[in-house]
Amino acid sequence: MTNEDKKCVAQFEIHYTQLLNQQGELVGALPEFAASAEALIALYRTMVQTRTFDTQAIALQRTGKLGTYSSSIGQEAVSVGIGSAMRFEDVLLPTYREYGAQFQRGVEMSEILRYWGGDERGMAYHAQPHDKAITVPIATHVPQCAGIAYAMKLRKQPRVAVCVLGDGATSKGDFYEGINVAGAWHLPMVIVVTNNQWAISVPREVQTHAQTLAQKAIAAGIPGEQVDGNDVIAMRHVMANAVEKARTGGGPTLIEAITFRMHDHTTADDASRYRKQAVVDQHKLLDPIDRLRKYLIQHHDWDDAKETALLEACTIEVEAAVRSYLDTPPAPPESMFDYLYETLPDALQPQRDEVESLGKLKRGGDHNG
Amino acid sequence: MAEITIIEAVNLAMARALENNPDVVVFGEDVGVNGGVFRATDGLQQRYGANRVLDTPLAEALIAGMAIGMAAEGLRPVAEIQFMGFIYPTIEQMICHATRLRNRTRGRITCPMVLRAPYGGGIHAPEHHSESTEAIFAHMPGLRVVIPSSPLRAYGLLLAAIQDPDPVVFLEPKRIYRMMKQEVPDDGEALPLDVCFQLRDGTDVTLVTWGAMIHETLQAADQLEAEGISCDVIDVATIKPLDMATILNSVAKTGRCVIVHEAARTCGVGAEIAAQLAEYGLLSLFAPVQRVTGYDTIMPMFKLENDYMPSTERIITAVKKTLEEA
Ligand SMILES: Cc1ncc(C[n+]2csc(CCOP(=O)(O)OP(=O)(O)O)c2C)c(N)n1
Ligand SMILES: [Mg+2]
Repeated sequence: MTNEDKKCVAQFEIHYTQLLNQQGELVGALPEFAASAEALIALYRTMVQTRTFDTQAIALQRTGKLGTYSSSIGQEAVSVGIGSAMRFEDVLLPTYREYGAQFQRGVEMSEILRYWGGDERGMAYHAQPHDKAITVPIATHVPQCAGIAYAMKLRKQPRVAVCVLGDGATSKGDFYEGINVAGAWHLPMVIVVTNNQWAISVPREVQTHAQTLAQKAIAAGIPGEQVDGNDVIAMRHVMANAVEKARTGGGPTLIEAITFRMHDHTTADDASRYRKQAVVDQHKLLDPIDRLRKYLIQHHDWDDAKETALLEACTIEVEAAVRSYLDTPPAPPESMFDYLYETLPDALQPQRDEVESLGKLKRGGDHNG
Repeated sequence: MAEITIIEAVNLAMARALENNPDVVVFGEDVGVNGGVFRATDGLQQRYGANRVLDTPLAEALIAGMAIGMAAEGLRPVAEIQFMGFIYPTIEQMICHATRLRNRTRGRITCPMVLRAPYGGGIHAPEHHSESTEAIFAHMPGLRVVIPSSPLRAYGLLLAAIQDPDPVVFLEPKRIYRMMKQEVPDDGEALPLDVCFQLRDGTDVTLVTWGAMIHETLQAADQLEAEGISCDVIDVATIKPLDMATILNSVAKTGRCVIVHEAARTCGVGAEIAAQLAEYGLLSLFAPVQRVTGYDTIMPMFKLENDYMPSTERIITAVKKTLEEA
């Protein structure tokens, strides 16, 4: 029997949205929000801020002042688009490349630096009560996102849970399990797959034979779509639609944002071992910041003076964060016991005492010698 | 002969196994072109081809499950988990299947696989990249757990693990991956998988340890030597099954024992050793067994990791405490 003899029982399409092309020209209908220069400049500012931060963080790592660091350079439109489409009371479950979203949601630059500086206090997010800390074990946050979304649904709250993960992460069981239940229970959640074409050294086409990552949503019974992840207007537009749909009972959406990892996986990686610089250079032409700048120059009187002022403001802000990070007094070593349980079990008190007294000895010693 | 590091010895052992046995297959995340994030598989794909040295999709349960399947078909899979912090999705596969194939089928199907992972703290890595959770695997009946601590032992024990007819979890102390060099003849000789290594002979106290802690323990033994205290130092290396005979023999001689491990204290492998000393060696002991371990906290991020891990000073203090007893 050939397929022509068989009845077609289901058919699917994956749609792709791009509103600004590589030259910064409008190629689709301008979404309502994007009519406002202010709104666009806010997106632009956060992207520039994020890149300034990433650049400075890499420099800190290179000079021994920060641990291993993962940058979001080239992917700013994805995280900025995500953050701009969410409400404060929503919940973000980020990975290690969503600084643009985190900054918009009240996470401080100095906290991100503390985190990569090996300090748990960098995950306390004291101005952001809702969001999860950066998830490192890949895709483990997708089922958690479903749990958060279920809690929102159970309490009839008009809130949305958003999890972000990479192209590599879509190979992991947790991802499939999480999106499946999102569909089965019609949960108010949005799953953003940041397809930056690489999972460390493994290219997207080696990771999976699927034609798109968005289509993985189809198997979970939820809508999946692609967006140009280097077009912040499209990114915000598609994200906002998905978030508002989820908020108003319309169920989950999976968004595959197409972008490119411009740097090494982390500062501990050497991408020249597995990919050609020429390929990276090609993607420079797709830069999300350059693209929106071209549009702003064309349509909203953006000019060199404004650009310089913005860069200066971002540099000052990042430098202040770096100072705050470097000036952070060290945490006392015994604090490693202080957030294990609500109250420390008696059984652990002797261990805490030992760490405290050894810490005093050692640090006292450091002082004298 | 050139001297090589532990990581180079791991690479050499895999190359030797790939060379000698067409059934050996090496796979994991980023092990191919990239040669592994620590370079354990550097050059192996070029030499042995992408059919035998493969990058997997990003999925640890998959990696363990595939290894079990390949092993059941008679291949000799050597699977890499990128960091021990990401090994936990393999636990279901390991405890429900790898350990049970032989038992479940009364020997009809077996599982000669190796699951390798770098483990342990001290390299200023991000969250989840520094823990020592060997006890989780040591608790699984039917599994072997092996931890090398020198280039020679890395080479010989990894070859042994690959040749062994049963599943082996092979944990590599990444802090000392490049700390020392030794001449390692590439002779394909495996080491035994069930004897401890006596690193130093002494008379006053037995120091029992494994992995990167060998370094601090030997340092402590050196400093104690200068004070006239002589230590027997044992590298357990084969965590499971445990060679208690070597440890008991040593304690019969010294009457004192200090166990050192990086992992959290409660239910760590040190607890098993101490329990067996209580069962079989109590009458040789002049003093209570001491444990110097990580604390029962989450492994702190790196600013505090040195406060968590056993230091030379903590080991020396514990030794002196055992010597206070008559
Ligand atoms: C469960 C798990 N396995 C392995 C790793 C090590 N690791 C960190 S990032 C990464 C690749 C992730 O690729 P992708 O999901 O595409 O995200 P990207 O880094 O490209 O943003 C790997 C293998 C991990 N953090 N967690
Ligand atoms: Mg990726």
